[in-house]
Amino acid sequence: MNVLECGGLVKAFDDLVAVDDVGFHIAAGETYGLLGPNGAGKTTCISMIAGILQADAGRVTVGGREITTRSTEGKAEIGYVPQDIAIYPDLSARENLRFFGRLYGVPKANLERRIDEVLEVIGLSDRGDDRTQEYSGGMKRRLNIGIGLLHEPSLLILDEPTVGVDPQSRNAILESVELLGQTGTAVLYTTHYMEEAERLCDRVAIIDGGKIRAEGTRRELVELVGQRDTVTLGVVGSAHKLVAGLEVVSEIEKITATEGSIEILVEGASQVLPRLLDVAQQSGVAVSGVEVIEPNLESVFLHLTGKALRD
Amino acid sequence: MRAAALIARKDLSQRIRDKSAILLGVVAPLGLALIFSGIIPDTSGSSFDVQVGVVNNDGGVVAAGFVNDVLPAVEADDILTVTSYADEDAALADVDSGTLSAVYIFAPGFSDSIQSGAGGSVRLVGNVDQSTSAQIAKAVLDGYLAEIDAVGIAVGSSAVSGATDLAAITALATQETAAVVLTDIAADNRELDATTFFSAGMAVFFLFFTVQFGVSSLLEERFHGTLPRLLGAPINRWSILGGKAITSFVLGLVSMVVLAVATTFMIGAEWGNPIGVAILMVCGVLSALGIMAVVAVVSKTAEQAANWQSIVAVALGLLGGTFFPLSQGPRLLALFSKLTPHAWFLQGLGDLSAGSDLTAIITPALALIAFFAVTVGAATIFGKEVLAP
Repeated sequence: MNVLECGGLVKAFDDLVAVDDVGFHIAAGETYGLLGPNGAGKTTCISMIAGILQADAGRVTVGGREITTRSTEGKAEIGYVPQDIAIYPDLSARENLRFFGRLYGVPKANLERRIDEVLEVIGLSDRGDDRTQEYSGGMKRRLNIGIGLLHEPSLLILDEPTVGVDPQSRNAILESVELLGQTGTAVLYTTHYMEEAERLCDRVAIIDGGKIRAEGTRRELVELVGQRDTVTLGVVGSAHKLVAGLEVVSEIEKITATEGSIEILVEGASQVLPRLLDVAQQSGVAVSGVEVIEPNLESVFLHLTGKALRD
Repeated sequence: MRAAALIARKDLSQRIRDKSAILLGVVAPLGLALIFSGIIPDTSGSSFDVQVGVVNNDGGVVAAGFVNDVLPAVEADDILTVTSYADEDAALADVDSGTLSAVYIFAPGFSDSIQSGAGGSVRLVGNVDQSTSAQIAKAVLDGYLAEIDAVGIAVGSSAVSGATDLAAITALATQETAAVVLTDIAADNRELDATTFFSAGMAVFFLFFTVQFGVSSLLEERFHGTLPRLLGAPINRWSILGGKAITSFVLGLVSMVVLAVATTFMIGAEWGNPIGVAILMVCGVLSALGIMAVVAVVSKTAEQAANWQSIVAVALGLLGGTFFPLSQGPRLLALFSKLTPHAWFLQGLGDLSAGSDLTAIITPALALIAFFAVTVGAATIFGKEVLAP
């Protein structure tokens, strides 16, 4: 069952159309990524989905309830983590969580327990009573996410949650998001980091200029643009002897031999790789290393938009 | 309403924690009220005592009416303190020295001259350095002489119609004269004593700084990035504004109440009927809230709002007469002061302190409510985008 369904979303600011006919759906337990550069329309899109910004056209439902800026019941199903850190610096983490927990209607009997659980999840149990103005940037980021998790939403919207975060905190945030999928929470994750989308998202929409250019699993997106895997074999001995032997493998599209290595462009590297190694053995060429590089979303984005993902 | 209360509770907690509201809402106005009431002499109310002398060289019934009836009645109301002199030179010397503000001198034959219809004159000699007091003394005399003119007409008419008891008619007119003069003086006396004036003045002046904490915190929410989070919460959007308004209202009202209680017990301020004062306080806080809300919604940042709100608060405070009684300033200033909530608030308190009943504050209270209605309407119009993420 889809937790989120949206379609035909349009938002313009004067003459600028920020979001143009955007639509997708997310199932329970699924992590869906909106991948695009800054200014692509990601934040505008999720602002409409979260009921913060009124769409000019289109419809959003979460858990079957329509979401508008005036919705209240439907919004209770959404956990929203804005891109900018949205916490009160003169309150402690516990006070921040308590305030937003009450605002989101967490029952009083459960509130303190949930606060303790969230502080544990975000690793701030021992600093929960400190004012957040004393926190590091990473700690603030983690609390920012914790507030979105507090009321156990069925849809969690994360707007570029790792921007400006140190590598350690970033990894902790990504691990937390990975765990969310296992709890059945639907996650909408926007990012302009290709590797985050590849690591976290079951499906990805590539967005640019306010439009979704392509959507699907990573594999579907790669296949959509006809990209192939690159297998690099490190060899000891004659690389040219191996090149000649590999001509019998029909899946190979291109072979480039250099000193000590062979680069092979192939469809379905995981299936073909054992045969490549067999040919090397039969050719009497020792393989000293194997590297398989699948085409990534960066190359897909480049193919679709003619430009690179950028900060 | 629940969400608005939650937001207000959070905001109040923040304001109390950073102590700025306490500083501006209580400490500063209380301190200034203490200083002003201590260093500026009381020149209003019953303590404004005018020393006058009277030299009655006439002895007739008309002069006696003023000396024996009018002056004691005014003296009884603590407006004048009257000293009788047998020697004109001694009285004039006391005026010169400043002991007396003015002296009335009735020449021999004054009453006879009046009664014969020939008219007469009373000399009033005032001290040049005490012009206000001399003017008060003159006003008392002018009132009496105006009535004497009226009596003259009445006497003439009575004589034509056959009435001849001139002394009785004059005595009757004299009694009426005294009553008229006292009524006028009482009407001019609707002014707060210095202690109460500065207590109330500082309270309403700083009220405008105190209420800004609530309405401006909406801009702080935007600055801290928490506004989108509030907009995404399952609450009515108006409850966000409601929470801010409640914060302003509570801060303003608590500030006023604390100041009223503190100045009453610490320096003896007399705010008047508690119910009337409470009504004026509520209306005053609402008017301040509305004005500061307008400034907040047309500002881009919390810092910009704070700057403009300070300018507006000081300008309105000065124009509204919170630092000096408007009755002592130019008439035009008193007129323009009605464009400020401060003047209406102080006028309402003045009426209450003069012993008027609650009906006396209807006009000031309605004026304050009008400020609130107009400014909240303006804030709604100008602030349509205030809840944009």
